[in-house]
Amino acid sequence: MALSISRPLLDRLRRHGEETYPYECCGVLVGSFDEAGDKKATTAVACGNTRTDSPQNRYHIDPAELVRIQREAMLAGHGIVGFYHSHPDHPAMWSATDLADAHWTGCSYLITSVERGDAVLTNAFVLLDDEDSKRFEDEIVEVTAE
Amino acid sequence: MPIKVLIPTPLRPYACKQPVIEVNAQTVGEALSALVALHPDLRKHLFTEEEKLRSFVNVYLNSDDIRYLSKDATPVTETDTISIIPSVAGGR
Repeated sequence: MALSISRPLLDRLRRHGEETYPYECCGVLVGSFDEAGDKKATTAVACGNTRTDSPQNRYHIDPAELVRIQREAMLAGHGIVGFYHSHPDHPAMWSATDLADAHWTGCSYLITSVERGDAVLTNAFVLLDDEDSKRFEDEIVEVTAE
Repeated sequence: MPIKVLIPTPLRPYACKQPVIEVNAQTVGEALSALVALHPDLRKHLFTEEEKLRSFVNVYLNSDDIRYLSKDATPVTETDTISIIPSVAGGR
């Protein structure tokens, strides 16, 4: 499985992590799946982080926001293809918490390391298998010009 | 009465790849039961073995979480939409 995302879109979600530093940012990727399960992200929707109790190392997107985003995506003939969040001063690698709280199988989870306020590395992972045996796998990201 | 249920992308493989499924129901609970009756493969992804909604599965009637309405007994009308939304969370 692979994810295609434009450079401007990727830059926008990375910048979101810089804007919320030293707290984690989070958002939704909207786009489409093809028959092979590859994804094309066409929009990144910045979301609020409801984990105001621990925003420096936790994020949670209000399901009500997800409902609205899903509904608007479907009206446009698209769907939710993934999510992104940042790790302030921490590697762009999924944690045990990231895996435990991931439930959108087949979708991409992008993580950006933000060090001292600057976005460094963005990695993508695809969530595979059922809830009881789920795992993250490194995902190929094709960055397009537009 | 007929009511639309929006299916999130991870569950569409178990619902014949459909983003929206229409079922007949009077309540949210009836709608979800009708949904899994139509697409049995959805059952284990939505419900525990005790037939309770899995903790990370959020169900909305329009813009309202059914937990804050009447849960499964929440009545529905033809113009309503049920959205199934798995949670999104994490952190380092």
